[in-house]
Amino acid sequence: MNAIDLHASLPEIVLTSAIMLVLFVDLFLPDRLKAWNGLIAMAGVLGSIVALITLVGERRSTFGGMFVLDGYALLFKFLFMSIAVIVILISVNYLDETVRSSQGEFYFLLLTSFLGMMLMASARDLLMLFVSLELVSAPGFLVAGFRKKDARSNEAAVKFFLFGVLSTAVMLFGMSLIYGITRSTNLVEIAGALKNTGHDSLVAASILLIIAGFGFKVSAVPFHFWAPDTYEGSPIPVAAFLSVASKAAGFAGLLSLMFVGFIHQTEVWAPGFAIMSVLTMTIGNVVALQQTNIVRLLAYSSIAQAGYMLLPFAVVSGAGPSVLRDAFSAALIYILIYSFMNVGAFAVVIAVSRKQPSNLISDYDGLVQREPGLAIAMVFFLVSLAGIPPMAGFWAKFFVFSSAIHGDAAWLGAVMVVNSIIGAYYYLTVASRMILRPAEDTSRIGVPYPIVVAIALAVIVVVAVGLYPNFFAHFTPRSTLIAG
Amino acid sequence: MSGFDTWALSLGVFIPVVGALIITVIPKAQEAAIRATAVVASGLALVLSIVVVARFHFGESTRVFQFVVNKSWIDTIGARYHLGTDGISLPMFVLTTLLVFLCVIYSLKTMPNPRNPKGFFALILLLETGMAGTFVALDLVLFFIFWELVLVPMYFLIAIWGSERKEYSAIKFFLYTLFGSVFMLLAFLAMYFRSVDPVTGGHTFDMVALQGQNFGSTAYVNLIFAGLFLGFAIKVPMWPFHTWLPDAHGDAPTVGSVLLAGILLKMGTYGFIRIALPLLPEAAHDWAPYIGGLAVIAILYGALCCLAQKDIKRLIAFSSVGHMGFIMLGISTLTQTGINAAIFGMVAHGVITGMLFFLAGSIYERFHTRQIDDIGPGLMQILPYMGGILAFAAIASLGLPGLAGFWGEVFALLAAFNPAAGLNTGLFRAYAILGGVGTILTAGYFLWLLQRLNLGKASEAKLGEHLDDVRPVELAAWAPLLVGILALGIYPAVILDVTNSAVNGLTRLFT
Repeated sequence: MNAIDLHASLPEIVLTSAIMLVLFVDLFLPDRLKAWNGLIAMAGVLGSIVALITLVGERRSTFGGMFVLDGYALLFKFLFMSIAVIVILISVNYLDETVRSSQGEFYFLLLTSFLGMMLMASARDLLMLFVSLELVSAPGFLVAGFRKKDARSNEAAVKFFLFGVLSTAVMLFGMSLIYGITRSTNLVEIAGALKNTGHDSLVAASILLIIAGFGFKVSAVPFHFWAPDTYEGSPIPVAAFLSVASKAAGFAGLLSLMFVGFIHQTEVWAPGFAIMSVLTMTIGNVVALQQTNIVRLLAYSSIAQAGYMLLPFAVVSGAGPSVLRDAFSAALIYILIYSFMNVGAFAVVIAVSRKQPSNLISDYDGLVQREPGLAIAMVFFLVSLAGIPPMAGFWAKFFVFSSAIHGDAAWLGAVMVVNSIIGAYYYLTVASRMILRPAEDTSRIGVPYPIVVAIALAVIVVVAVGLYPNFFAHFTPRSTLIAG
Repeated sequence: MSGFDTWALSLGVFIPVVGALIITVIPKAQEAAIRATAVVASGLALVLSIVVVARFHFGESTRVFQFVVNKSWIDTIGARYHLGTDGISLPMFVLTTLLVFLCVIYSLKTMPNPRNPKGFFALILLLETGMAGTFVALDLVLFFIFWELVLVPMYFLIAIWGSERKEYSAIKFFLYTLFGSVFMLLAFLAMYFRSVDPVTGGHTFDMVALQGQNFGSTAYVNLIFAGLFLGFAIKVPMWPFHTWLPDAHGDAPTVGSVLLAGILLKMGTYGFIRIALPLLPEAAHDWAPYIGGLAVIAILYGALCCLAQKDIKRLIAFSSVGHMGFIMLGISTLTQTGINAAIFGMVAHGVITGMLFFLAGSIYERFHTRQIDDIGPGLMQILPYMGGILAFAAIASLGLPGLAGFWGEVFALLAAFNPAAGLNTGLFRAYAILGGVGTILTAGYFLWLLQRLNLGKASEAKLGEHLDDVRPVELAAWAPLLVGILALGIYPAVILDVTNSAVNGLTRLFT
């Protein structure tokens, strides 16, 4: 066995150093300088991005094959770190003004969760997947309850925690069965061992148990009940983090499990995903229609969006390599684009909540008169979430539709069309309220500099990818996870 | 081919959106600069389209695409930046740039509430890029992007500057059209995955390369056609998908209605002619009797609804349902006469109904009502010029020989008497007769409209208000349309000579 490849894990090492540093420095910072913790966290993330850049084009494997660095892992790591930049930017002022205490611990927990995501992207081993999933979740339980004196925040944390441990237990059971059958935890070896098992019911059961665990992470119906309450109760940057980064991490794990470990069992899991996808998008969208609170609206919308991301998994039943490749890239592209448009929408919500902490949709009436830039940015994000060209969200939907047609699952495409129309309705309703309705409170909001930067970053990605889709379309063939 | 020929269409399509971007950075207070930018951008697009006409090769060569640009765009899916125009799309392209320019001129003095020239002109220019692009795109993905680009600006034009139930009408328009177009996208993808690119051997979205490809079993091809049909038929709109139209037209601001009726509806009929018929000729042949049937229902239904309208804008809106029915009847015959008639009808309807919506807007501005009984009687006494122009446009719309409305409808009926080989002649002749009844009803409701509105004795109160008659700006915006109505009526070959050879190339598939 070779020595441990430190360069391959350099981004994680840098991030871990920043985590330690935040915790240590926080002890010595006087109260009025607590916001400096954010600077340290940001420096750590940027350092990690630099370390990632040195690894571009590499293909390495270390820790006995548990940790793999390839195009796929790099792509997700870049995504996670970009989202980390935005989440830190939108947290700084919010923490300083709303939560105040324990800022050091907040960044410590946030970065720890991101560390789990980084590991998740590289995990090609059941144990590694499990450990990194826990590393993503456990700090999440704590930050969800960070508004300690607010009963709803407590509820958010407890609900998240209970659902989390239950689903983890279920998933772990599934993993242990797989280990029992295949005598391996390595995904490639598992795929080899499962190649000729056919429709073994024990294998099928354990795969479904594992899917259930990840279903919780990506808030797929019927494992979604925690999401709206948790999003609403958490500090809003945490809701943004959970609905974007944490969800993307779940998909990163799901993609490598399904398209590497269980690649020969597509007939078993694809129909399960079909049911899950249809239920997730339909229930998410229909319930979103009735929301009056913008955070809950975004919560249900992000459930619906997860349904679209699950759809490509559903079309690969017994499919050939070209359909597999298309489905894989469709899910991947959707996750990438969704992350930016959704975190952008949350950034706007944080900005508005500075003046109107109630987060009602009616607070957005007449926003264009109060903060034109903010309102236009929100229109961009909403139109993109609705999947209308020329925004990035259109291409996300385009590739998912494309995978549905390619996999001869036009009926799933039709279900998604109907859902897109429902989605377009509530996204546009919010957009047009901002422009058409008169504002009750006409005072300006005053958006702090870090949030402006965060929103600008997200707008640039959403518009640039919309106009020049080659930008993302080029990435996915290089994500060499599946041999096409 | 010179550099200009390669980039002429791209310039015509994208100059408006550049104008829109410039407008967004001009401060709101500088209204003169905003207006000037809008006039220059839409004017340049119009000039470019006229230059394209001047350099266009007519005669037999209208069947090949000219001014072609074909560059790689999204390599991973083989979508290309492919624009070009032929005898079928050229009239629509010119109509688009002309109508948008006239709308901008009209809006210089007449701005609907809430006044916000910045947003208004920016959205109109963005709309122009979408509409013009739709008519010259030769790649399905590109076509779809342009097609959808129209939705958001039109949504906001109706929702912000509209009247009455504007938000409801705007969202209804948006969701209805989106619903159809996403099914259309699924159909595009279905064709893509069953196609073979003659050059690369991969799949293709190219409209030219997709012709004559085998997309699989008859059932599958019919399913693809159904997707296309939903997208196009909702846009046209064909009965029974027309319910968004009276609301959207009725509540849109004047120029919104003009562009909706003048151009947006034609995107649907153009889609049938450009995509559905040439790419899926067998399915089109199977569907033709049903499409013809729906078209005839639209003609009669539109006319009957018009007879019941009390609101002048809704009346014109319902008259569009009927006129679009004639166009679809022409297309459904799959004959050279029928499709020529359809394209002629598209241009004529754009000019005439655009004119009628302008008039409705100007009348509303003066009387603050759209109820026919509150405006009339005696418009000829109150506003003699306005009343005269209204009479002219209404008579053109009802299809009087010698004016533009006549040729499209009479040729469509003639074509229905002799539909393409294999279609049920008896059935289509019945359609022709029913369509003929429709023309009588159309004449009926327009004459009745004129009777209620123009004739009779005006009340003293209205005469005492001394309302403005046609203003110079209005006349400037309307004159090209009025000339067009007369010119197309007297010399229809202006359009037919352009379309004929291209249509012939298409209808060969059905003989």
